[in-house]
Amino acid sequence: MSRRLLINVFANDQDILNATNAARENGYTIVDAYTPYAVHGLDKAMGIRPTRIGWICLGLGLLGAAAKLWFQIWTSAFDWPVNVGGKPLTSLPAFVPVTFEVTVLFAGVGTVIAFFLVSRLLPGKKPKVVYEGVTNDRFVLVLAEEDAAFDVENVKNLFAPFHIVKMEERVEKD
Amino acid sequence: MAEVYSTLRTPLVLDNKSYSDVTRDVCETLDHRPSTGWWAAFIVSFSLLIIGAVAIAYQIATGVGVWGLNNTIGWAFDITNFVFWIGIGHAGTLISAILFLFRQKWRTSVNRSAEAMTIFAVICAGVFPIIHLGRPWFAFWLIPYPNFRGPLWINFRSPLVWDMFAISCYFTISFVFWFTGLVPDLATLRDRATSKIKKKIYSFLSFGWDGSNRTWHRYEKVYLLLAGLATPLVVSVHTIVSWDFATSVIPGWHSTILPPYFVAGAVFSGFAMVLTLMIIVRRVLHFEAYITLHHIEQMCKVIIATGGIVALSYATELFVAYYSGNEYERFTFINRALGPYGWTYWTMVSCNILAPQLFWFKKLRRNVAVVFVVSIIINVGMWFERFVIIMTSLTRDYLPASWSGFTPTIIDIATLVGSFGLFFTLFLLFARLLPMISIGEVKSVLHYANNGKGDHI
Repeated sequence: MSRRLLINVFANDQDILNATNAARENGYTIVDAYTPYAVHGLDKAMGIRPTRIGWICLGLGLLGAAAKLWFQIWTSAFDWPVNVGGKPLTSLPAFVPVTFEVTVLFAGVGTVIAFFLVSRLLPGKKPKVVYEGVTNDRFVLVLAEEDAAFDVENVKNLFAPFHIVKMEERVEKD
Repeated sequence: MAEVYSTLRTPLVLDNKSYSDVTRDVCETLDHRPSTGWWAAFIVSFSLLIIGAVAIAYQIATGVGVWGLNNTIGWAFDITNFVFWIGIGHAGTLISAILFLFRQKWRTSVNRSAEAMTIFAVICAGVFPIIHLGRPWFAFWLIPYPNFRGPLWINFRSPLVWDMFAISCYFTISFVFWFTGLVPDLATLRDRATSKIKKKIYSFLSFGWDGSNRTWHRYEKVYLLLAGLATPLVVSVHTIVSWDFATSVIPGWHSTILPPYFVAGAVFSGFAMVLTLMIIVRRVLHFEAYITLHHIEQMCKVIIATGGIVALSYATELFVAYYSGNEYERFTFINRALGPYGWTYWTMVSCNILAPQLFWFKKLRRNVAVVFVVSIIINVGMWFERFVIIMTSLTRDYLPASWSGFTPTIIDIATLVGSFGLFFTLFLLFARLLPMISIGEVKSVLHYANNGKGDHI
């Protein structure tokens, strides 16, 4: 299925933020916005749900902690117990530093890998640059033309106060 | 919208730069061939690296005996250099993580280079414990892997094992943090690259980044999580480094003050190194509008604060040695200040306590030449701090019959020089291959203080 998209180009963060708010209030379907940096508040304006990546981070951190703690106890007290200076075999306080490091390692590296996978960013992936300059100085809001009532003129009027730089209609092929 | 001008905020970027100006200014240096100055610096650094490499090759082929170590003094230049370099690295994480959590927006101009500095400093640090093993080809024995010797596992109660885990985790997390921050900038480079090969390389490394706000939304969260993880990590790493000393029973090492003292010292020395590098970078690459006097001033203030903690630690150590009533502890500290290595102690005190006092004066904080000189003095002082801690405690231990001295051999010095060569070679390559300023993050603070736009990011 193909759909018609309307590409709206702005020149700064405040304009795209106001335009996005206006578009959402008027019931347009926002496909995505493309910006050179993270524009604060744009996610709320677009109505993106809060990301759940924090839970992945927490889960992996706990997994790392549990796995490393188990490993230290297993190696030191069960698999090959060695008496070092008369200390107890399961000397928990001494196991804390390494457990902490591995917790951070699992949580940090895991979160980043999860981020790239969820965002479908992979080494060597061909980028779909929606508009030239989107990684430089252009802020692009993409709307979907979903029904027959969609009128480009209306959008043009709606976005006029926000110094719209360019408007372009495109057909997205699957 | 009415223009809002804040008198409380100093602009972070000068000269009314536009978004495309930022991209151009930061990427421009990557378009040209390297300048003669770069080649000169690279040849010098690379030669030092070769000197270090030859020294290490000779040491590995002959044995650790080529260093000035003896039966009494088992640690000297090697561990001093290790702690020195790890400490340097900590400022990068402080800038990228802790200042991010504190919403210090001035960090955006310096965080990329500071993070790179962290990675290179940790590489330099990592070399020393490995070559100190004597048989570095067995370094993998430090990793707990199933083996045919039992399996005999490593001793997880040993601070040296903690250290191995701390340093390798620190390196990995720093690298991942740095790379994640680089991806959007690599996409910017990709989209403006004109040569085919460059486009291919940047395209591969930028993972197909397209600036989608859905991705940015997650990216911000990931950045926050990484900052939250890196902050306790950086504290833990230098704490564990200090435990290499504090868990032993050597007077002068066996002390609970060591972890906070080491962490403050690390940040102190790291900021000095950031200043040294940034002052050169802003001059050579004409980044004066991005790395402003305001940035330099802020870093000077961090130096005063951490330098104050370091000074307090020195004083506390002396007081506790006196107040403890422990004669070995007392002797060690008197020996530190007045013994055969007293000159290293006073070098440390004058470099680390006296020199930073100049930064109380705003005029001097904004004088680039003064800041540059003081930053180098602090680097020297912090190297001496580690040397003092390690050497003075080892030369005079419990048994006067085994008292000894340490003179560095030419190999010791060549290895230290070589580590600087490695550090600067890596940093110079970084300056040629990747954007030294975080393009995206600087764009987000362009309007900081100029008007109401974007100041709530």
